[in-house]
Amino acid sequence: MISGAGYFQPLKSAGNYLLWMALLALLVLAGGYCAYTMEHEGHHITGMNNSIVWGLPHVFAISLILAASGALNGATLSSVFGNKTYSPYARLSVVLSICLLIGGLIVLVLDLGRPDRLAVALTTYNFKSIFSWNIFLYTGFIAVGVLYLATMLEKSLQRFTQTMGVVALIWRIVLTTGTGSIFGFLVGRSALDSAILAPLFIALSLVMGSAVLALVMTWAGRWQSQTVSARTQHSFVRLLLWCVLAVLYFSIVHHLTNLYVAEHQSDEHNVLKGAFAVLFWFSHLALLGIVAALAFALKQGEGYLSTMKWHAVCAVSLIACTMILYAVIIGSQSTPQLLFPDKTITASTFGDGGIGPYLPSVWEWGLGIGGTALSLLLFGVVLRVLPITSTTQS
Amino acid sequence: MTTSVNNNSGGDQPQGSGNAQLARRRFLQKLGLMGAVAASYTLLEVQAKTAASSDKRWGLFIDTSKCSSGCDACVRGCNEEHGIDAGKDEHTRAQWIRKIDLTDNLTGAESSVPVMCQHCDSAPCVDVCPTGASFKRADGVVLVNKHTCIGCRYCMMACPYKARSFIHENLTDQKPSAPRGKGTVESCTLCVHRIDSDQNQQPACAVSCTDEAHSAIVFGDLNDPDSDISKKLKTVGGSQIRADLSLNTGVRYHGL
Repeated sequence: MISGAGYFQPLKSAGNYLLWMALLALLVLAGGYCAYTMEHEGHHITGMNNSIVWGLPHVFAISLILAASGALNGATLSSVFGNKTYSPYARLSVVLSICLLIGGLIVLVLDLGRPDRLAVALTTYNFKSIFSWNIFLYTGFIAVGVLYLATMLEKSLQRFTQTMGVVALIWRIVLTTGTGSIFGFLVGRSALDSAILAPLFIALSLVMGSAVLALVMTWAGRWQSQTVSARTQHSFVRLLLWCVLAVLYFSIVHHLTNLYVAEHQSDEHNVLKGAFAVLFWFSHLALLGIVAALAFALKQGEGYLSTMKWHAVCAVSLIACTMILYAVIIGSQSTPQLLFPDKTITASTFGDGGIGPYLPSVWEWGLGIGGTALSLLLFGVVLRVLPITSTTQS
Repeated sequence: MTTSVNNNSGGDQPQGSGNAQLARRRFLQKLGLMGAVAASYTLLEVQAKTAASSDKRWGLFIDTSKCSSGCDACVRGCNEEHGIDAGKDEHTRAQWIRKIDLTDNLTGAESSVPVMCQHCDSAPCVDVCPTGASFKRADGVVLVNKHTCIGCRYCMMACPYKARSFIHENLTDQKPSAPRGKGTVESCTLCVHRIDSDQNQQPACAVSCTDEAHSAIVFGDLNDPDSDISKKLKTVGGSQIRADLSLNTGVRYHGL
């Protein structure tokens, strides 16, 4: 067993804990109201339409789901790869992972045209659909996470922690592959029809999960009047550096190979020079900046960054990866679908041949932020109830 | 079909415990009998309709040389048949069929084509639907089961032809033959209610096109070598939109 039984405890009453929880609860309520309004009025009040069918809620949902998978990094490194640095954060890592996934799934469900038919989705399956498989992968991930946590919490089960860690690792890789594959095998959308989206999504999940975990570790540590040790931060800096490099690698390969294929020229034009150019270039340049900052920190100060700089690195990584997801999810839909490769569309009543219009509405922002707040609220509640925060530094 | 059960035992409730048991047994027997009758009725009702047969493959042949740029008779016919309001925002309203004007990049030749659900044999929308609400009948007609569609829009993402519409707002004055619903996805049904009827009617778009004296749309059985559509395809040929995707569409175009 990696994490010793004696030095974990539920979060004790902290100065601004209740204030944070109240704020998150308000955001959850606002998100619920937005979801109710969308369901009651119909999706015409959103920015989504019959060209951009998956909008901002999907960006939030996929971001949360990917971050959930990646947030398990702490537990995986501890119990599978035996890195003791992460042992004090293993439990926190699992709980955060489950909470993020729940928030993501809630956003996904509430964005359905018929969220009241959730029971249909959970009982009627088409096993040719990756979406169906993902329902099992998501619900299974929560179950695996709970069992994994149980092996950490219950002394008599601690001999199974490593085994459950391996199961959870495999499960989350399959889950993220499945999530990437939702987008990767759409023959009708040339901007998405690429198997490289699955490893790109895995790399994104590693960055987003690590960044969220790092921020939450500091957040929870403050309430315990503790700071993340220099050794842990050094390890995190290296982890984040490799994960960001992986995102850049897969993204560059994706776009370079697309540029080589004539069929994808208009897709790439839309992303690199068109409506989504700002998002694309900002996110990639930001990640390049992160690489430079982390490499410099490792070389000069053995990975040490001031708390403010470390938070900034994590926040920018999160924002940049979310922007990449936005460009992938929304950008790919706004690119005109290629119906007639050798012809130019001169007129259409459905915007064929043009860039699909999309401006996220306040309802979509509300739903997405509400789902994110729900994840953090759940996490905050579990933090108070279960002994998942360490009282000693690694 | 829904069944309702009358719980009223008729006002002759026995007072003793033995009589009460007897009454309860009789009641349960009656309940079982009613259930059996209801189930039989349901089965009979389903069996009364002819199931779609794989002997047929319904399809459309569209002769673009007969389709003129300014004409949208097929679109109007479809909208009227299915109660689709064409006056709303073009990006959020349902568009089961739309007209697209094209210019050939090499020759500059102009053409105008109606585009609707292509009723693919290997339909991507059917493959991706998580609940199986998107389905293909044995006769090749691709439909959406409005009772199990959860409105996830994955089929819209998967459709290469942008042929599916999500219903963004409340609907009123629906046609009994074309039930629709907010929050679900829909597309061309090939006027399945007409082709399944005893009169073997043609889809509304084909009828409207003929009424307009264009006769650019021919409906029929692709499996029947003697059908008009098969003869047309044999004599003048027909191509598929995005034939490179190998979806074996039920809608074929001449002159593309």
